Amino acid sequence: MDFLTLLQVSDSTVRLATPLLLACLAGLFSERAGIFDIGLEGKMLFAAFFSGAIAAVTGSAWMGLVAAIFASLILSVIHGLASITFRGNQLISGVAINFLAAGLTVVVAQDWFGQGGRTPSLTGAARFNPITLPFAESLGAVPVLGPIYRDLLSGHTILVYVAFACVPLTWWVLYRTRFGLRLRAVGEAPEAVDTAGISVVRLRYAAVIICGVLCGIAGSYLATALQAGFVKDMTAGRGYIALAALIFAKWRPWYALWATLLFGLLQAVALRFQNIDLGVFVLPVQFMDALPFILTVIILAGFVGKAIPPRAGGEPYVKER
Amino acid sequence: MQRIPNWADVVLVPLFSLLIAFLLSGVVIFAIGENPIAAVKMMISGAVGSTYGWGYTLYYATNFLFTGLAFAVASHARLFNIGTEGQATLGGLGVALVCLYIPWPHWALALPAAMIGGALFGAAWAFLPAWLQAKRGSHIVITTIMFNYIGFSLLNYVLVNVLRPVGAMDPATAKFPEGTHLPTLHDILGVFGIPFSKAAPANISFVIALIACFLVWVLIWRTRLGYALRSYGQSESAAVYAGISPTKIIVVAMLISGGLAGLMAVNNVMGEAERLVLNSVEGAGFIGIAVALMGRNHPFGILLASILFGVLYQGGAELALWMNIPRELIVVIQALVILFTGALDNMVRMPIAYVFNLRRRKETA
Repeated sequence: MDFLTLLQVSDSTVRLATPLLLACLAGLFSERAGIFDIGLEGKMLFAAFFSGAIAAVTGSAWMGLVAAIFASLILSVIHGLASITFRGNQLISGVAINFLAAGLTVVVAQDWFGQGGRTPSLTGAARFNPITLPFAESLGAVPVLGPIYRDLLSGHTILVYVAFACVPLTWWVLYRTRFGLRLRAVGEAPEAVDTAGISVVRLRYAAVIICGVLCGIAGSYLATALQAGFVKDMTAGRGYIALAALIFAKWRPWYALWATLLFGLLQAVALRFQNIDLGVFVLPVQFMDALPFILTVIILAGFVGKAIPPRAGGEPYVKER
Repeated sequence: MQRIPNWADVVLVPLFSLLIAFLLSGVVIFAIGENPIAAVKMMISGAVGSTYGWGYTLYYATNFLFTGLAFAVASHARLFNIGTEGQATLGGLGVALVCLYIPWPHWALALPAAMIGGALFGAAWAFLPAWLQAKRGSHIVITTIMFNYIGFSLLNYVLVNVLRPVGAMDPATAKFPEGTHLPTLHDILGVFGIPFSKAAPANISFVIALIACFLVWVLIWRTRLGYALRSYGQSESAAVYAGISPTKIIVVAMLISGGLAGLMAVNNVMGEAERLVLNSVEGAGFIGIAVALMGRNHPFGILLASILFGVLYQGGAELALWMNIPRELIVVIQALVILFTGALDNMVRMPIAYVFNLRRRKETA
């Protein structure tokens, strides 16, 4: 594998890791507060459709982003209502949200655009376009580091940089602010937070809302940056891969970055090489597709470093009477 | 805690949830510019207005019965088996191998063997998540989701590289031989002189699903194992105190659950398609969740809910054919049913409990 191929695969890794990273951090906020969320997939899909649709109508990718966040928030609030206010089953709520998104996006897309469940192709300002970092062209001539700067670090859309900036930001919020401490506490021992006179309900809603915003950005990235428009089922299991990455990362922000980059790399490799000939045997593309899930099961099994979820995860909080 | 009578919990709450879900679906239909009442009429007449419609309705219902029972059995042991989709996919592989590689002289011999094949493969796919949950504490929801995807990749590989006939383009097996073709309801009812549509895919698997329904009822409420399963589901510590092994219960419940999911393949792979294609399950595994939730994990409730979802599926197909309403509308209805009967259960229960309490207060006053 030569340098150029390596560069291209890395570049595509960054592109493919971005939605995973955003969704993974979204899940991190929610699950750290004790709300399981298997509806990441649905929220992303819903957001992707509305960003594609609104960007197509207004011609502005930014309007699309706003619509995406708003759409994702609606589903977040439903999830919050079901799992916080009405103390329902968080898993069932997540499943329902995934189906709601899968169905509604196609029904509404067909009604609005009549193109078989997709939005019109986006061009120009309706999409987030690549940003060239300063001096990218002039530095490109420098051997090795030049092309890395020009092709790998520069030339992504704003949302990619936003996603990567979210990692230190999430770390800071979780570990260096009062809100973060309370958020983590509410996922481990909500009764302790309640005793301290802090509202468990409000904290959990805050976490679910942050989760919705991040999923909204992820969905908007899919439809208006990575691709030019919404197509049916375009999330293609990314929400579940993000969930896997979250476990892989043991619910920590920096680990989430590495986990999503790893899973992004697997996707990039599967996309570029299809079947990989290792000389002794051929690695089929289906194996590469399944690898994130296989790795997660191995991690879950606890053979390589045990992943321990937040203690109060999935449990609705009931005040003592 | 506000209490409501058992009958209200079992009948009234699901009915109200269903009503809300249907009303909202009506709003969606209205919002996309179609007439909800005309749509309902068309769905009902399309699904149960002819033996052709019934044939499809019952065919879908058979799928949902198997996956619904599968989900319910795991549910009784408080295991959330979201992996019925993957287990049914692998069940399809088991059925296909039995049908393709053994020359069956008659379907009556092929059917039991295919059932064993499907159930074995489905159960096998549920085994590892169960074992990991029991021994390593890995959350079964996450592992079964992962296994859905791994199973799908595995099937994709097997179909493309192993089972695809030479020269064929699409990833599917060859047509199953004549000796494995199951009798349809047309053939069965024809024996008794009852006319039934020849084109519809409902087949003898429906009868097997009904038997499975009865057997699951016996298992859950009339056997020692069922008792252990339910007590483990109610309280793990109490079950352990009573000498019930959690490991055994988790593994056995998931094996039965996976086996039931795998059995579904007898209907869709052997009975309808008569070959194995990619995505043969078509989301029936997930509908099993909706069906089990609506049926309150009771086989009889699951039977009613399956038929209702069968009507929705067949009716929805008719809608897509004759009106400007995409097939995905059924997915929306399904989502709303899951949302209201499952996640927002308490929201529906609270007002009902309030009304009952009012009445009780009046009686005592």
